Amino acid sequence: MILPPVDPQLETQLSDKPPLRDDTRFAAGRIAVFQYSAVAVFLVLISGFWRLQVQNPEFYDERAQANSIKSVPIPGPRGRILDRDGRVIVDNHSSFSLILAREQAKEEHLRPIAQGLNLDYDDLYARVARMRKAPKYVPIVIKDELTPADLDFVESHHDFFPELVLIQSQRRLYPQNGFMAHVIGYTGEISEQELDQPEFAKYEAGAVVGKFGIEREYNDTLMGVDGQRQVIVDNRGQVRQTIGIKPAIPGHDLKLTIDLDLQTVAELAMDSPYKELGIDHRNGAVVALDPRNGEVLAMVSRPAFDPNMFATRIKTKDWREIADNPDHPMLNKAIQAEQAPGSTFKPFVALAGLETGTVDPNWTTHCTGGVKLYDKYQHCYGVHGTQNMHNAIVNSCDVYFYTLGAKVGIDNLAFYGDLVGFGHKTGIDLPHEREGIMPSEQWKIRTYRQKWYVGETPSVAIGQGALTVTPLQLTRAIGGVAVGGKWYQPHLVLRPPDQVKVVQWALSPDDVKTVVSGMYGVVNEAGTGGRARLPNVAVCGKTGTAQLASYDYINSVGKGTELRENAWFEAFAPCESPEIAVVAFFEHGRHGPAAAEIVRDVIAAYFDKKTRIQTRKQARAEVTATLGMGLPGTAPGSTLPGAPQL
Amino acid sequence: MSKYLSARDIDWTILLIVLLICAVGILQIYSATRDTDSTSSWWKQVLYVVGGLMLMWLVLAIDYHSLLHYVPGLYVGSVSALTLTFLLGDRVYGSKRWIPLGFGFHLQVSELVKLVIILLVARYLTDLRSDDLEIRDLLKLAGLVLVPTVLVLKQPDLGTAMTYVAVLFACSFVAGLRWKYIAAIAVVAVLVIPVTYHFLPDYQKARWVGFMNPEGDPQGKGYQSIQSQIAIGSGSMFGKGVTKGTQTQLRFLPVPWKDFIFAAFAEEHGFVGVVVMLALFFVLLMRIVQNAQTAPDRVGMYICMGVAALLLFHVLVNVGMVAGLIPVTGIPLPFMSFGGSSIWTFFMALGLVNNVRLRRFVN
Repeated sequence: MILPPVDPQLETQLSDKPPLRDDTRFAAGRIAVFQYSAVAVFLVLISGFWRLQVQNPEFYDERAQANSIKSVPIPGPRGRILDRDGRVIVDNHSSFSLILAREQAKEEHLRPIAQGLNLDYDDLYARVARMRKAPKYVPIVIKDELTPADLDFVESHHDFFPELVLIQSQRRLYPQNGFMAHVIGYTGEISEQELDQPEFAKYEAGAVVGKFGIEREYNDTLMGVDGQRQVIVDNRGQVRQTIGIKPAIPGHDLKLTIDLDLQTVAELAMDSPYKELGIDHRNGAVVALDPRNGEVLAMVSRPAFDPNMFATRIKTKDWREIADNPDHPMLNKAIQAEQAPGSTFKPFVALAGLETGTVDPNWTTHCTGGVKLYDKYQHCYGVHGTQNMHNAIVNSCDVYFYTLGAKVGIDNLAFYGDLVGFGHKTGIDLPHEREGIMPSEQWKIRTYRQKWYVGETPSVAIGQGALTVTPLQLTRAIGGVAVGGKWYQPHLVLRPPDQVKVVQWALSPDDVKTVVSGMYGVVNEAGTGGRARLPNVAVCGKTGTAQLASYDYINSVGKGTELRENAWFEAFAPCESPEIAVVAFFEHGRHGPAAAEIVRDVIAAYFDKKTRIQTRKQARAEVTATLGMGLPGTAPGSTLPGAPQL
Repeated sequence: MSKYLSARDIDWTILLIVLLICAVGILQIYSATRDTDSTSSWWKQVLYVVGGLMLMWLVLAIDYHSLLHYVPGLYVGSVSALTLTFLLGDRVYGSKRWIPLGFGFHLQVSELVKLVIILLVARYLTDLRSDDLEIRDLLKLAGLVLVPTVLVLKQPDLGTAMTYVAVLFACSFVAGLRWKYIAAIAVVAVLVIPVTYHFLPDYQKARWVGFMNPEGDPQGKGYQSIQSQIAIGSGSMFGKGVTKGTQTQLRFLPVPWKDFIFAAFAEEHGFVGVVVMLALFFVLLMRIVQNAQTAPDRVGMYICMGVAALLLFHVLVNVGMVAGLIPVTGIPLPFMSFGGSSIWTFFMALGLVNNVRLRRFVN
């Protein structure tokens, strides 16, 4: 190996200075100090690693895991809601939700985020502020049902807003335009107040629970249990590996007693315009139930709301709009409207008169357009002449019922009103049911600390005064009378017959017959309910026109919509052995007949469907018979010898 | 006196240890860059090491006395190159340190200047021909070192700039700087450092704050320090195994193939690996000091001590930083961190040490 020689000039170059002192021994001490320092440095370094790696590695190991192992919820889908034939009414669909991971959240980001996602900044700020007390690892869902534009925004701003995390979630898909909205209800994130209630005690903040309607009543059945996926994520939050899965348990499907066909007809009937008053839709409620078992076949309330607005997070603005609507779209009028039933109460008064033996069907009064009772002249809306019970029901003669009511007395009226269910909740499986008022002596003392004046009784007898009922109560009451004294608890979810509560009272069949025949006359004779007449079915019904204030008062303030009479119609069919009872409550519909056509449509739909099914069954049976094919159930057993026993 | 030198006289112990460290470094770079944009880093590092060996050979072939002859030229060249870097350099991670060489290669001039500083200090101290270092002479030398230091500080690159000062200080100490001066310098340093804090650039202030109170801003100022300590701590006694370190593999650890390579190593190899690695560095360091002790002349001794000081400072600052003992300062770990400039500088420094060793019997 050849290396270049030592620079020959170096000697001379260095030698023009004083004699070179070039031994290195003088520095030995200092080099030793350097060595000891190096030893010290290495010891310090090793002690540093000792502290981290040997003394408390668990602490750092936990933190390393906390860095990389994240639990991602797998939403347990809510059960679907089906109609009585198994048709899907409410389903779920997958969507993306956006979570604000608060470990990384910065307050100044909220405004651009709200803008980018088309959210209301104040709403978003309030949500974040509300969660401030909760632990940091609890994420805030800031938007559900992300649109493609939202997804683009999140993806493209990942670097600016690392706190935005997308998760997949199941969302409720409700029928459009408020169809069945009040029965179904809606879901929403559990509120702080709800968290304090025992009913919701088992749920955690952020859970989506039923808030209204069936969704609330059957929340525990419908609600799935969320699963969890443990994943390893990198520092950008991207999932690298899944290390454990706890599967989600889906909620149970619910089969309602609702018949979608009837429901649709009832909804459409309420949405159809009413030319006589020049309005394009009707507010109020329709209830149809099977009086033989209490199954609710249709239930409509108008105006409605769109549950889909609640299925995602509702904007404050939209909520205001609904809450401030004077027609109360959030009220389920079928169970929450407490209104005077008007003349629809008269069949019950007639029944009380007969059952108590106060009168017989042939007892008559003479209507001259009014009657003076207890020093007060009570008007009838017409002049009916001499009326027996049948005619009085058919013509809805007030004079007859004023007089009858006064004869029967408030105690008996209250007893029979109580029996058919007025003044009580029906116990339907929906939240927030109202009970209405069945006036009585006790009621007056309890409520007003006043004695009952006999002069108040005639008003009650024509369904006015303090008497208020809900459409559902009325449906149950008339249905129960029609089947001869069995009032089944109305319910919306199919259940075995032995689990349906029933109130029974041995009504005299003759008395029931008298009332029913009067109601038959209302529809099929020259009565007030002619609009409910159907060609093939004997419909029994009774109209009701309930005043909201005295005519004197109305005349003094002028005729406004808000004081116009409510139109009622109660009906069942067929008159003998009824299968369906329907009540329509048409708010400010002025005359009972206005409600009758709604009821007619529903009853017609019921029997049309029944005939259709029967015809189809028959046709199928004929085809089978002609082709000579045995039904599967009747196939002869195998004639082959059995396998030998081993 | 023979003019021909034998390859047998090369310090094979040093070379062996260094190649071991390099090998561990390459393994760690491979492990840390899986699934990233820099998967090619490990074989690039192999090339850098091979290139470093050739450069080492080149350096040890030229007699260090001749090299000293060119110190003034090298010094002027260094200052010009640093100025040029400042004017033309590429801005990476917010500082201008690299001159583009073409073909995607970038030269970090300040790394190579470390060698020039060592030679400059060695020659200056030798030329004094005294057993004691007077403060006057120290100040002159410090003035010479200050020019490149300030240029590097302006890049800004506090870590590298401090290595120049470390070399100056260590060699001055060996040259016989009196204890009272050392004490005085220490006092001045203690007084001046709090004042300089206000003149530090914001990112340096943030690092200092992050060091003093990492939990104060775990996502920001304290992030690197915290994640590094988590990586090391979770490595425990025996480590998580190569390519198994979650902090490293999932990128919670910042740049685990460069400045934080030792944290990645500690996570995957545990305390045992750390002790072995630090032991290798320690033996390497002591071996270099031994070469200083056996140097034929003062120049050789200063050169070796300069290299030793440079190595010790790098290990102290880098390893201390990843362990959270020292504020975050971006200087690489010799022979392990990915980067051509750093690898070459240290191989050339080893070349200088071997250069001295080869000629220990010459005079």
